[in-house]
Parts: sequence; structure tokens; C-alpha cells
Amino acid sequence: MALNIINPGLSTSIQDLGRPGYFHLGIPIGGAMDRFSMRVANMLVGNSEDAAGLEAVFMGPEIEFTNDTAIAITGADIPVMIDGVEQPTWTALAVSKGQKLSFGFLKAGARLYIAIAGGITTPEALGSRSTYPIGALGGFEGRNIAAGDTLPTGTGGNVNIGATVAPAMRRMPSNPAILRMVKGLYWHRLTEASGAQFLNDEWKVAPEADRMGYRFRGGKALEFVDREQPFGAGSDPSNIVDGCYSYGSIQVPGGTEPIVLHRDAVSGGGYFTLGAIISADMDFIGQLQPHTPVKFEAVSMDAALSARKERHKLLDISGLNYHNRMTNIIA
Amino acid sequence: MKTRYTFGGDEHIYVEIDEEMSLDAFFKSLSMSNAVREAEIEGITEICPANASFQVKFNPDVIHPDDLLARIKTLEEKAIQAEKRLNTRIIEIPVYYQDPWTHETLMRFRERHQDPTGSDLEYAARINGFDSVDDFITAHHSQPWFVSMVGFVSGLPFLYQLVEREKQLEVPKYLRPRTDTPKLTVGYGGCFSCIYSVRGAGGYQMFGITPMPIYDPEQKVTYLQDFMVLFRPGDIVKWRPIDRAEYDDICQQVEDGTYIPKMANVEFDLDTFNQDIAKTNARLMEALNGA
Repeated sequence: MALNIINPGLSTSIQDLGRPGYFHLGIPIGGAMDRFSMRVANMLVGNSEDAAGLEAVFMGPEIEFTNDTAIAITGADIPVMIDGVEQPTWTALAVSKGQKLSFGFLKAGARLYIAIAGGITTPEALGSRSTYPIGALGGFEGRNIAAGDTLPTGTGGNVNIGATVAPAMRRMPSNPAILRMVKGLYWHRLTEASGAQFLNDEWKVAPEADRMGYRFRGGKALEFVDREQPFGAGSDPSNIVDGCYSYGSIQVPGGTEPIVLHRDAVSGGGYFTLGAIISADMDFIGQLQPHTPVKFEAVSMDAALSARKERHKLLDISGLNYHNRMTNIIA
Repeated sequence: MKTRYTFGGDEHIYVEIDEEMSLDAFFKSLSMSNAVREAEIEGITEICPANASFQVKFNPDVIHPDDLLARIKTLEEKAIQAEKRLNTRIIEIPVYYQDPWTHETLMRFRERHQDPTGSDLEYAARINGFDSVDDFITAHHSQPWFVSMVGFVSGLPFLYQLVEREKQLEVPKYLRPRTDTPKLTVGYGGCFSCIYSVRGAGGYQMFGITPMPIYDPEQKVTYLQDFMVLFRPGDIVKWRPIDRAEYDDICQQVEDGTYIPKMANVEFDLDTFNQDIAKTNARLMEALNGA
């Protein structure tokens, strides 16, 4: 049982929920950028939520199935075709041996997720199948998928074909997208006026936006509190003695263009960070297209924790067994 | 040193031991991150020690950020009391300084450098007050280094030299980062040396290259079969200058699976070191002679 990759799309990688535990060695957690979408796709085809599927950015791949199975496509809004016939997204679909999956042009969002019953079963690396190309780790031979690859898949269980997720739950970023953050880390390096300006400015997603980080342009350059740079930090006011980076942390090299670190983040470096995006908003970043207007909104820790609870409620992943979960999410 | 505690979003606590780099700050950050690990606090998912700081990642569904912060703060006193002594190892890393590959790369990205007319080593030697590149290279490899952090990307070590503050070498990073750095480049930025574990972007000045892999996801390299990453924080490194012939020879040995890195177990005591740096370093390097 396998998937034959006819055309990989633009940048398509095998992802699951990642490999925590190695960030202290510079190996990031990785995994789906939009975890909610990956989880839902897996649940629709009867997989455990951490089964490996595919993450494709901007363009879908073209795939041939070598056996009868079930799939689900979630994430970005993009037309899905089986043998050229359009199919619903966020829905468990039956496919037959020899059929081909293809995609139309992206309408909204940035990343789509493909789950297949039984999951993709390439070898695990450090406990995960997620692709980390910089470290040649996981994925298909340490890289993104390419034309001609044959991806092994596992045996699926019972799938409720046609099961679908309520449209209200398919949350996509607003326009402008609001990214909530908690001020902290090296926020104190900014002057008060500059900090306020940063939150007031409208930024745009830059073309340099990938799994490592999303860059933003369009706001005013930051101003730093005067100081004599500490020994070992480097001469630029945006430099610090190299430290660890938080996932979601916002660094601003040279004070000009903010970069939000994402699942394939570098684990540390010498740029100041002014806070971090709250965990509840990390998935949305993965659905932002270049040129999307964005505003950063500072929230309290309490608000961050409430937002996180809301996300959990949306897809109650703790405690409930699989069937209860499905009753909760299926419309 | 004044410890500063802060949150990184709702999933991280960041503890800055000191704004500036020092061995004292490194030791305290290592002791404190060890104390946090030993406390086995439920909800913590990652502990990442760095040069003069460390970070804890946690699941806020399991422990409230304020409660975890309070727990970590209580461990600071324990870390201060801890003996500043490490049972660690010294590893010899052969370096081919002024190699053709980093030279080709630095020429390719010259317009991103502070001094477009020279090489990275010529620039580093000049701004650190050395008469020649050779003297600078000698200063780089004659005294040992501490691995004060592992990270950035896959298993990349940051190293801090075991010398007095006034002898520390300091160079800025490139004005704009390169998009390419050869794998196993020995680099320098701020007061830190590093080894690029994989090919990729980088902003550190490039001094040379080592033939010795330090990261191998396939775990084919003999000394990386137990774990794909060589370095851990607290390791001590001694650079050894080599020429092209020896570089080629070691590459061949790595390929053949016969290369055995020179390393020895050593104890490092910060107080002893501070009392007599030259003697402590001589003793550390002697351990390599028996290896």
C-alpha cells in the first residue's frame, strides 16, 4: 500500500505532530504548521491524531493511489479533484486503486493537509516522521517529496465515508489577520514609543515565509533604549548574547523586519525578541499568504490561556475517546 | 549578574542569568537548568541551556505559567550553592585554516562583509590587533574552548574560549547573512566560535573547515552511531591546525569508518580555573596526550 507521487506541487512534506525533546540540540519540534487541520484530517480517516500525512504549500500535489482507501483534505481552501471530479474538503472521501488526486488553484489560506487511512509509514527519526530538510531528518529520505517517490502507507481502520466538519470550525485568518502576542523576552530593549508603534503599525507577510519563520514588512523601524552593548552580544542594538528562541517568538534583526519563528525554528541566536505569538494563534500563521496585512495585538497571559482553552474546546483532544471526539466534531 | 525571568508566549519561560557573556554566567545557567531537570516538574517538555541563559518549554494545560515560574525561582538558590565543577570531556577538533572551500564562499559573498577587499581572517586579525593572520590563528587554537550552547541548527556548537576577558577574540557577524556556508565550517561571531554542522545560511566569519563530521542523521559515522549529535553543553574543545594532506587523510578515514576522534574525560572546576588559567588549561590539554 502506497502513494505514488506524480507531481509534488511546490513544496510538499511529510508531517505529523513533530519531535519534541531535541530543541536543546538545535533540532526543532517540526510537524504540521497548522496542527488543527492535520489533526482533523487524521480523525476523519480514523487515524490517531499524530499519524503522518502531507503538508503542501500554495499548490497541491498530484498523487496516484495503489489501493482502495480513504483520504481527507483540510487546511487551505482549494478545489480537490479525484480523477478530475471535484470533491468536498474537510470530508472523509473514499478512493479506489488507480485513482488520481489533484488540486485546482488556491482560493484562501496557504497550507493544505492530506491524511490517508493508516497514515504514511516512512521510518521515524527521533520519534517522528516529520520532515526537517536542513538536518536531512525524517520525511522521505530526509527531504520533501519529489516526483516518482512511492510513499508507504499503513492499514486503515473503519472510516465513516462522508463524515465532515462543520464549516464554522474551519477557522481561517481574518483580513487584516490579528496575531495575538504576549509581550516579554527582550521587549524592554524597545523605547516605549517604539513598542506602541510596533503594535499600531500594519505589517504585510513578506515572500520570505516558510516553516522556519514568517517575515513581515511595512511597519516603522524599531528604536532601542540606549545602552553600552554587553560583552559577547555584538555591536548592533538588536544583538544579544546568543540565547534560545521560543517557538512563536518575534525577532527583529537590525530593528527593521519582524520574523516570527515557527515549527522548524532555529533553536537560538543573537537577535533580541520582543515577545511571542500565543500558542492558540500559531496554526493561523501557517495559513497566511504573502502580502496578507497583519497586526500584532498584545494580550495578557490570562487572555492567552483562555484562547488556548477555546482552541481545545474546538477540537477536544484531551481525555475523550475517539468516538466521543468524532461526535463532538462531526456536524 | 542579575537573573531576569520572563515569558515567551504561553508555553516558554526564559531565564537570563546575565546580559553579558562570562564563564560564571554559563556555569550558573547550566547548574540552574540541571536543577530544573532534576526537579522533574510535571508539565515541562523541554529544557534548553544556552550561553548565559536558558529556556523551559512547558504545557500550560498541565501547570499554570505563574506556578512554574515560582517553582523555577526557588531553584536559583540551589544553583548558586552548587559546586562549579563539571565532569566532562575534552575533544580535539582538527581544523584546516584558510581552506579553499570557505575561501571560495567568502569571496562569493564579499559585498556582504565589513571589508570587501580582504578575507575574513585578515579582517579578524586586524581588528583584534594582531600583526599577522598566523598570529591570530595561533590565538584561536592554542587555548581550549567551552561548548557553551548547542543549537541554532542540528547539533551546532557555540564555543567560548577559556582565556581572560582581555584575551577574548571578538568579531562582528557579516553585515548581511550569507545564504551559503560549507558544511563543517569553523566560524566566528561576537565572542563565540562555532562549527556549522550542516551546509546553509550563516552570518559568522569563516576561518577554516574541519574534516570531522559532528552531526550525522543516518548515523553511519562510527563515533555518531549511538547518537547523531556529537556535542553537548559543557564539552571542552581543543582545535588542532592541520594542512591539506592531513585534511584529505582524515576525510578518507571518516569515509572508511576508521577515524577515531581524540578525546579524554576531564574534570573542570571553575574556581581552580580562575585561580590559575594557564595551569588549568595545560592540565586539560595534557589529558589529550594520553588519549
